[in-house]
Amino acid sequence: MSAGLNHWLLPLILGSSLIPAVLIFCLAEDNSRLRTVLNLAGAVAKMLLVGVMIWGVFNEQIYETRWTFAPGMDLVLHADALSVLFVTLSTVLWLLTTVYAIGYLKKTAHRSRFFGFFCLCVTATVGLALAGNLFTFVVFYELLTLATYPLVAHKGTAEAIRGARIYLAYTLSGGLLLLVGAVWLRAIAGPLEFSQGGILGSIAGLDPDTLSWIFLLLIAGLGVKAALFPLHGWLPQAMVAPAPVSALLHAVAVVKAGAFGIVRVVYDVYGVEFAADLGVLLPLGVIAAVTIIYGSIKALGQDNLKKRLAYSTISQVSYIALGTAILGPSATVGGLVHLVHQGLMKITLFFAAGNYAETLGVHHISAMDGVGRRMPGTTLAFTIGALGMIGIPPVAGFISKWYLGIGAAEAGALFWVMPVLLASSVLNAGYFLPILYRAWFKPASADWASEEPHRGRFETQGMLLWPPVITAGLALMTGLFAGAPFSPLEWVQLIAVREYR
Amino acid sequence: MSSTPLLYGLCAVALFAIGLLGAFLHSGLLTRLLAVNVSGSGVLLLFVVLAYQGAGQRPDPVPHALVLTGLVVAVSATALALMLGRWLQRPEQEPEPETEQDQE
Amino acid sequence: MTNLLVWPVLLSLAAALGTLIAPSNAARIATVAAALSLWSVLLLLSAVIAEGPQWLILGGWPQGLGIALHADPLSALFLLMSAAVCLAATIFARRYVEHSRYRSQFWPLWLLLQTAIYALLLAADLFNIYVTLELLGLSAVTLSALGGSRAAVQAAVNYLILGLLGSLLFLAGIALIYGRYASLDLQLLARVVEPGPSLWVAMALMTAGLVLKSALFPLHFWLPAVHANAPAPVSAVLSALVVKVAFYLIMRLWLDLFNPAVMSTAADLFGVFGALAIVWGSWQAMFTARLKLLAAYSSIAQLGYLFLFLSLVLVMPEGEDRQLLLGALVLFALSHGFAKSALFLAAGTVQQYAGHDRIAELRGVAGQLPLTFFSLGLAGVALIGLPPSGSFLAKWQLLSTTLLAGQWYWVAVVVVGSLMACVYMFRVLSVAFGEEGVATQRIHSRREELPTLALAVTATLILGLGGVWVWRVLDVGAAGGLG
Repeated sequence: MSAGLNHWLLPLILGSSLIPAVLIFCLAEDNSRLRTVLNLAGAVAKMLLVGVMIWGVFNEQIYETRWTFAPGMDLVLHADALSVLFVTLSTVLWLLTTVYAIGYLKKTAHRSRFFGFFCLCVTATVGLALAGNLFTFVVFYELLTLATYPLVAHKGTAEAIRGARIYLAYTLSGGLLLLVGAVWLRAIAGPLEFSQGGILGSIAGLDPDTLSWIFLLLIAGLGVKAALFPLHGWLPQAMVAPAPVSALLHAVAVVKAGAFGIVRVVYDVYGVEFAADLGVLLPLGVIAAVTIIYGSIKALGQDNLKKRLAYSTISQVSYIALGTAILGPSATVGGLVHLVHQGLMKITLFFAAGNYAETLGVHHISAMDGVGRRMPGTTLAFTIGALGMIGIPPVAGFISKWYLGIGAAEAGALFWVMPVLLASSVLNAGYFLPILYRAWFKPASADWASEEPHRGRFETQGMLLWPPVITAGLALMTGLFAGAPFSPLEWVQLIAVREYR
Repeated sequence: MSSTPLLYGLCAVALFAIGLLGAFLHSGLLTRLLAVNVSGSGVLLLFVVLAYQGAGQRPDPVPHALVLTGLVVAVSATALALMLGRWLQRPEQEPEPETEQDQE
Repeated sequence: MTNLLVWPVLLSLAAALGTLIAPSNAARIATVAAALSLWSVLLLLSAVIAEGPQWLILGGWPQGLGIALHADPLSALFLLMSAAVCLAATIFARRYVEHSRYRSQFWPLWLLLQTAIYALLLAADLFNIYVTLELLGLSAVTLSALGGSRAAVQAAVNYLILGLLGSLLFLAGIALIYGRYASLDLQLLARVVEPGPSLWVAMALMTAGLVLKSALFPLHFWLPAVHANAPAPVSAVLSALVVKVAFYLIMRLWLDLFNPAVMSTAADLFGVFGALAIVWGSWQAMFTARLKLLAAYSSIAQLGYLFLFLSLVLVMPEGEDRQLLLGALVLFALSHGFAKSALFLAAGTVQQYAGHDRIAELRGVAGQLPLTFFSLGLAGVALIGLPPSGSFLAKWQLLSTTLLAGQWYWVAVVVVGSLMACVYMFRVLSVAFGEEGVATQRIHSRREELPTLALAVTATLILGLGGVWVWRVLDVGAAGGLG
């Protein structure tokens, strides 16, 4: 491979969604064909480029691009094993979500604006994933906020604008906390290039108390997006966004960005062992555990399907933080692999929820009686996602919980982690199984046969049906073939080995 | 050095201060404008004092040049203020919401 | 190549006369002059980078007597911002004033204002600075009154009187300096000034005058009415440049001339009032009903940041850290110049289009003016200080300095100020997502929105991605201020 391509690969990966974004903004509203072409071309190009990158990183090729913003402030894009994990997830899910969104938003207003910001949102997410230092991470973290705000407010109703405002209030405040933490750490510890095993442990003369305070600032800033209790308030409000946005927000972009940031800070800035010595991991773990239980309990009480899924996200994403907070390779594996698994499962659930709303007008769980027979494909996908969330083998979610449990045992934390995992699984079952029961076994309460105007051959439009079916399939396969090469689990184990070297 | 320059200097400072106070304390345009001019005279007088280089000596020409410039500025600024003031005195015959002028 | 120094001034002045002679071609003349000025400023900047500070003494007089012009990296960067903003605003103004009653008066004054800005930034002696300040003030006042509404004229009168007072304070300070050192030349003075009562009084007088002109809290009270009621391109230049050149002078004087006499209490005062300006200006902007008024209050807050920066720079010892913070200051000033002018131009477009600029009633206008609202968004990013804007980099540096020094109060001010800026900017932007429905006032051309977009893109993308360039240019002159 030529040196030129190596240098430009990461900027190209960003460009493959940034350039379509700019072009789409310039497009006339009614030029939907060209817009679709741009969207899909960008997504496919990104997929190919990411493929090249995976192969390169696997072969220990180093990809790095630097751009100096200001003295001592470099924008660094760097591909390591962890970023590959997140980039791949974002890229695959972006393609599917784009297809879904094109179907979902057919013939609605402001699509140029929507898809433009949608592409920007993915650019920011991928930038986050590829960030090579904390400065770059902060830049993309804020950009993500800016790019998602118009998506949340997209519908333009008073409710949407209110939801978007709450979303902004939380995320921008969080962004500022992160900024202060990052600036502070940069000021006392130097450039903060991410490196496996952490960097702070090797710098002498840092005051542990200061480092703990900075950790608090960073985690609080990241915790807003990761929806850690009590910073989760924006997430249920942001559900006013169109379904594809919710899907992407919950599975990849925003919530995951926060979780990914926590992983970066703990593993690649502080270093997990150094963080454990500082004594900051236990509080993080406890907050994660509280969030897991809290989200699940709140989910039980929601009748609105998207709201229930939102609280479920709050709960599930904290598994990542929990895995990060427990010292030991197995817990690391469990937390990191959940980054991917939760993404696949949750996006399936949101796609399915969008399908019910779009095709049948069903927004509430109480109205879901019998949807399984009307929309078997969607409901099957939903079922796989839900079972995975509960942790039933062989769906992917089981793998995450399994490793988390083992990790807790290794770290001697089983006595408090195990009850959390068990309680969470029971609660998950408590809020998912009734839905499945209604969908499959209750008689339909409404006559849907004639309601859907552009139904086509299948239960709904193909562009709405296939994305959830594919993601459900992926969730099943990552569970079934967890031991295969290049599976998320294998990859995460590679990361864990390097982290604890 | 005789006390004459000092006297002039103090006078200049006093004029300057009176003008400043007047401009800040009053609200009528004409009063404020006069106050500014009084204050300006004080400053210009200060320059005149500075030009004095002792009895029998030629005065320093630079401050004089500055005073001339200052006078020109003061005259034009006063004229502008008076013009604007006259505008404000006009009866309100024209429509005047702030959006109006921008619409065409 | 010292002749480069006269071109920005000369071109604008000649064009001002030209518009009087050929009023029917005034708009074209102004555009060409603005473009050529920008070009000459670029040449000047490259000369400064290549050869160091540039000097010119007109008429062959000895130094200290003739009118001297001077450009170093600092003034060249401010010149560049001014010329670029003026060009964009000129292009915007062509359509904006095309059908207005004040069309014939606008162009000569507009060019005179530019002449004054360039001359002031290039002036190398105190009296020259005074004269250009007055020229600037008079043309700015007249332009701001052109709208012709009672509110605008009232504000202009107030602006004029206070501006005159500011100039007189400045002039009194000059008198003291001349009385003590018998020189007005900045370079000569910089070598001889020494701390002492007469210098302190002169400093206080000159600074008070300039602070009044740069609208630092609590002397800001004249600004909102003027900037909110002037025609949009005028507001843009007033907010982006006119108040900023007054700040530039303060910076110039304190960094170069008064440097030996700087006391930390005086510097702290800048910081305290700057912080109050940030909080007060942002607070007002959060609740004001009109878009242009919001932009004006935001200017007060943003100027507060500049004074906060300055107070920190002044007490830092010479060296790399000081140079870093100074670069951040300049970058912040430039970003604000571009972002605020974009915001005012966007407000002007909105006002022309909707017939008003009351924020709460703008719902639906955004759908008709997507580019303008996109520019508003970009400008907002820079005003809040989010990446990838230049002000983000500047704020990072500011936070870094204050955190290292353990100055928690300043950190808190910056954080609170940024949050408040989020509130007032997104208050405007959330309007963009409302439903359609406002009847259009006239056929609209996309081209009118382009200058606004260009300014916003400069503030948010170009200065953000290329921010390091500002530091590099300043480092060229780091060796010795005016010397």
